[in-house]
Amino acid sequence: MLHTVNKSPFERRTLDSCLRHAQPDSAVLLIEDGVYGAFDGTAITGKVKDAIGNFKMYVLGPDVRARGMDESHVLDGITVVDYEGFVDLVAEHDKVQAWL
Amino acid sequence: MAEPWEDEEQGPVRKFMYVNRRAPYGTIYALESLEVVLIAAAFEQDVSLVFLDDGVFQLKKGQDTAAIGVKNFSPTYRALEGYDVEKLYVEQESLEARGLTADDLVVPVQVVNQKELGDLMAEQDVLLSF
Repeated sequence: MLHTVNKSPFERRTLDSCLRHAQPDSAVLLIEDGVYGAFDGTAITGKVKDAIGNFKMYVLGPDVRARGMDESHVLDGITVVDYEGFVDLVAEHDKVQAWL
Repeated sequence: MAEPWEDEEQGPVRKFMYVNRRAPYGTIYALESLEVVLIAAAFEQDVSLVFLDDGVFQLKKGQDTAAIGVKNFSPTYRALEGYDVEKLYVEQESLEARGLTADDLVVPVQVVNQKELGDLMAEQDVLLSF
Protein backbone atom coordinates (compact mmCIF):
# COMPACT_ATOMS: atom_id res chain seq x y z
CA MET A 1 0.00 0.00 0.00
CA LEU A 2 1.05 3.59 -0.66
CA HIS A 3 0.52 6.01 2.22
CA THR A 4 0.51 9.75 1.68
CA VAL A 5 1.00 12.26 4.51
CA ASN A 6 0.17 15.91 3.87
CA LYS A 7 0.33 17.51 7.34
CA SER A 8 3.34 19.04 9.08
CA PRO A 9 4.77 16.59 11.61
CA PHE A 10 5.58 19.54 13.89
CA GLU A 11 1.92 20.51 14.18
CA ARG A 12 -0.08 17.31 13.80
CA ARG A 13 0.25 13.61 14.65
CA THR A 14 -0.62 12.47 11.13
CA LEU A 15 2.84 11.08 10.32
CA ASP A 16 2.95 9.23 13.66
CA SER A 17 -0.41 7.65 12.95
CA CYS A 18 0.69 6.63 9.47
CA LEU A 19 3.94 5.08 10.70
CA ARG A 20 2.16 3.19 13.47
CA HIS A 21 -0.27 1.57 11.03
CA ALA A 22 1.79 1.07 7.89
CA GLN A 23 2.95 -2.49 7.20
CA PRO A 24 6.55 -3.39 6.31
CA ASP A 25 6.03 -3.59 2.52
CA SER A 26 4.47 -0.13 2.46
CA ALA A 27 5.64 3.03 0.78
CA VAL A 28 5.21 6.41 2.48
CA LEU A 29 5.11 9.58 0.36
CA LEU A 30 5.37 12.97 2.07
CA ILE A 31 3.46 15.73 0.23
CA GLU A 32 2.33 19.33 0.88
CA ASP A 33 3.16 20.30 4.50
CA GLY A 34 4.14 16.68 5.11
CA VAL A 35 7.44 17.38 3.34
CA TYR A 36 8.73 19.20 6.44
CA GLY A 37 9.29 15.76 7.93
CA ALA A 38 11.96 14.81 5.36
CA PHE A 39 14.92 16.88 6.60
CA ASP A 40 18.02 16.38 8.66
CA GLY A 41 18.68 18.37 11.81
CA THR A 42 15.13 18.74 13.10
CA ALA A 43 13.35 17.68 16.29
CA ILE A 44 11.75 14.72 14.47
CA THR A 45 14.74 13.55 12.42
CA GLY A 46 15.33 10.56 14.71
CA LYS A 47 11.78 9.31 14.32
CA VAL A 48 11.92 9.65 10.54
CA LYS A 49 15.29 7.88 10.35
CA ASP A 50 13.70 4.95 12.17
CA ALA A 51 10.87 4.95 9.61
CA ILE A 52 13.38 4.90 6.73
CA GLY A 53 14.59 1.56 8.08
CA ASN A 54 11.06 0.15 8.00
CA PHE A 55 9.42 1.59 4.88
CA LYS A 56 10.24 2.89 1.43
CA MET A 57 10.11 6.66 1.95
CA TYR A 58 9.52 9.33 -0.70
CA VAL A 59 9.05 13.12 -0.71
CA LEU A 60 7.46 15.26 -3.43
CA GLY A 61 10.08 17.61 -4.92
CA PRO A 62 7.73 20.39 -6.11
CA ASP A 63 6.36 20.74 -2.56
CA VAL A 64 9.90 20.82 -1.14
CA ARG A 65 10.96 23.59 -3.54
CA ALA A 66 7.76 25.61 -2.99
CA ARG A 67 8.61 25.79 0.70
CA GLY A 68 12.22 26.84 0.11
CA MET A 69 13.52 23.70 1.76
CA ASP A 70 16.88 22.40 0.62
CA GLU A 71 16.75 19.13 -1.31
CA SER A 72 20.35 18.45 -0.31
CA HIS A 73 19.16 18.24 3.31
CA VAL A 74 16.60 15.54 2.61
CA LEU A 75 17.51 12.55 4.77
CA ASP A 76 19.48 9.75 3.14
CA GLY A 77 17.06 6.97 2.28
CA ILE A 78 14.19 9.28 1.30
CA THR A 79 13.76 9.46 -2.48
CA VAL A 80 12.73 12.79 -4.01
CA VAL A 81 10.08 12.29 -6.71
CA ASP A 82 8.31 14.66 -9.11
CA TYR A 83 4.65 14.48 -10.16
CA GLU A 84 5.41 11.71 -12.68
CA GLY A 85 7.02 9.75 -9.87
CA PHE A 86 3.93 10.31 -7.74
CA VAL A 87 1.78 8.84 -10.54
CA ASP A 88 4.14 5.88 -10.87
CA LEU A 89 3.90 5.19 -7.12
CA VAL A 90 0.11 5.24 -7.26
CA ALA A 91 0.14 2.89 -10.26
CA GLU A 92 2.63 0.49 -8.65
CA HIS A 93 0.59 0.01 -5.47
CA ASP A 94 -2.77 -1.69 -5.20
CA LYS A 95 -4.19 0.95 -2.82
CA VAL A 96 -3.53 4.45 -1.56
CA GLN A 97 -4.24 5.56 1.96
CA ALA A 98 -4.20 9.34 2.34
CA TRP A 99 -3.43 10.38 5.94
CA LEU A 100 -5.10 13.81 6.09
CA MET B 1 -20.97 67.62 10.13
CA ALA B 2 -17.86 65.58 9.51
CA GLU B 3 -18.21 61.89 8.80
CA PRO B 4 -16.56 59.70 11.44
CA TRP B 5 -13.70 58.81 9.13
CA GLU B 6 -13.03 62.48 8.50
CA ASP B 7 -12.64 63.22 12.20
CA GLU B 8 -9.19 64.66 12.57
CA GLU B 9 -8.90 63.55 16.17
CA GLN B 10 -6.66 60.46 16.14
CA GLY B 11 -7.39 57.77 18.69
CA PRO B 12 -4.59 56.52 20.90
CA VAL B 13 -2.00 54.37 19.18
CA ARG B 14 -2.47 50.78 20.31
CA LYS B 15 -0.12 47.83 20.19
CA PHE B 16 -1.22 45.17 17.68
CA MET B 17 0.57 41.84 17.40
CA TYR B 18 -0.04 39.39 14.56
CA VAL B 19 0.69 35.85 15.73
CA ASN B 20 1.66 33.53 12.86
CA ARG B 21 1.80 29.82 13.64
CA ARG B 22 1.10 28.08 10.30
CA ALA B 23 3.29 26.94 7.43
CA PRO B 24 2.83 29.00 4.25
CA TYR B 25 1.05 26.89 1.59
CA GLY B 26 -0.82 24.00 3.22
CA THR B 27 -3.49 26.38 4.55
CA ILE B 28 -4.57 29.94 3.72
CA TYR B 29 -3.68 31.36 7.17
CA ALA B 30 -0.26 32.76 6.27
CA LEU B 31 -1.44 34.62 3.19
CA GLU B 32 -4.54 35.93 4.99
CA SER B 33 -2.39 37.25 7.82
CA LEU B 34 -0.16 39.08 5.37
CA GLU B 35 -3.18 40.62 3.62
CA VAL B 36 -4.61 41.87 6.93
CA VAL B 37 -1.25 43.28 8.02
CA LEU B 38 -0.94 45.26 4.77
CA ILE B 39 -4.50 46.62 5.04
CA ALA B 40 -4.18 47.48 8.72
CA ALA B 41 -0.85 49.24 8.14
CA ALA B 42 -2.90 52.22 6.87
CA PHE B 43 -4.19 52.81 10.41
CA GLU B 44 -0.79 53.79 11.81
CA GLN B 45 -0.86 51.62 14.89
CA ASP B 46 2.10 50.07 16.73
CA VAL B 47 2.30 46.81 14.75
CA SER B 48 4.48 43.77 15.30
CA LEU B 49 4.52 40.34 13.66
CA VAL B 50 5.62 37.23 15.45
CA PHE B 51 6.42 33.89 13.85
CA LEU B 52 6.45 30.77 15.97
CA ASP B 53 5.76 27.04 15.63
CA ASP B 54 5.30 26.27 11.90
CA GLY B 55 4.90 30.01 11.27
CA VAL B 56 8.69 30.27 11.03
CA PHE B 57 8.46 28.38 7.72
CA GLN B 58 6.66 31.41 6.20
CA LEU B 59 9.97 33.29 6.20
CA LYS B 60 12.14 30.51 4.74
CA LYS B 61 14.44 31.73 1.97
CA GLY B 62 14.39 30.23 -1.51
CA GLN B 63 10.69 29.48 -1.94
CA ASP B 64 9.90 28.54 -5.55
CA THR B 65 6.23 27.76 -6.09
CA ALA B 66 6.32 27.55 -9.90
CA ALA B 67 5.66 23.81 -9.91
CA ILE B 68 2.72 23.87 -7.48
CA GLY B 69 0.81 26.63 -9.26
CA VAL B 70 0.31 29.05 -6.36
CA LYS B 71 1.72 32.52 -5.77
CA ASN B 72 4.98 32.78 -3.85
CA PHE B 73 4.18 35.54 -1.37
CA SER B 74 7.41 35.34 0.62
CA PRO B 75 8.98 38.42 -1.11
CA THR B 76 6.17 40.51 0.42
CA TYR B 77 7.73 40.14 3.88
CA ARG B 78 10.65 42.21 2.59
CA ALA B 79 8.22 44.99 1.61
CA LEU B 80 6.73 45.35 5.09
CA GLU B 81 9.39 47.87 6.06
CA GLY B 82 7.92 50.22 3.44
CA TYR B 83 4.60 50.09 5.32
CA ASP B 84 6.35 50.99 8.60
CA VAL B 85 5.93 47.43 9.82
CA GLU B 86 9.40 46.92 11.22
CA LYS B 87 9.00 44.73 14.30
CA LEU B 88 9.40 41.12 13.23
CA TYR B 89 10.00 38.56 15.96
CA VAL B 90 10.84 34.89 15.48
CA GLU B 91 10.89 32.35 18.28
CA GLN B 92 14.25 30.69 18.78
CA GLU B 93 12.86 27.36 20.02
CA SER B 94 10.65 27.05 16.93
CA LEU B 95 13.60 27.67 14.60
CA GLU B 96 15.79 25.13 16.39
CA ALA B 97 13.14 22.38 16.34
CA ARG B 98 12.94 22.80 12.55
CA GLY B 99 16.68 22.86 11.91
CA LEU B 100 16.62 26.56 10.91
CA THR B 101 18.54 29.69 11.91
CA ALA B 102 17.93 33.41 11.31
CA ASP B 103 20.26 33.12 8.27
CA ASP B 104 17.65 30.93 6.57
CA LEU B 105 15.04 33.70 6.58
CA VAL B 106 14.11 36.22 3.86
CA VAL B 107 14.18 39.25 6.18
CA PRO B 108 16.21 40.43 9.17
CA VAL B 109 14.29 39.52 12.32
CA GLN B 110 14.70 39.73 16.05
CA VAL B 111 15.07 36.22 17.44
CA VAL B 112 13.47 35.89 20.88
CA ASN B 113 13.06 32.97 23.25
CA GLN B 114 9.77 31.67 24.62
CA LYS B 115 9.97 33.71 27.81
CA GLU B 116 10.71 36.93 25.93
CA LEU B 117 7.89 36.21 23.49
CA GLY B 118 5.46 35.64 26.33
CA ASP B 119 6.46 39.01 27.78
CA LEU B 120 5.98 40.71 24.38
CA MET B 121 2.52 39.17 24.04
CA ALA B 122 1.56 40.37 27.50
CA GLU B 123 2.44 43.97 26.53
CA GLN B 124 0.01 44.07 23.58
CA ASP B 125 -3.42 45.70 23.43
CA VAL B 126 -4.63 43.42 20.63
CA LEU B 127 -3.44 39.98 19.46
CA LEU B 128 -4.56 38.67 16.08
CA SER B 129 -3.99 34.96 15.51
CA PHE B 130 -3.36 33.18 12.22
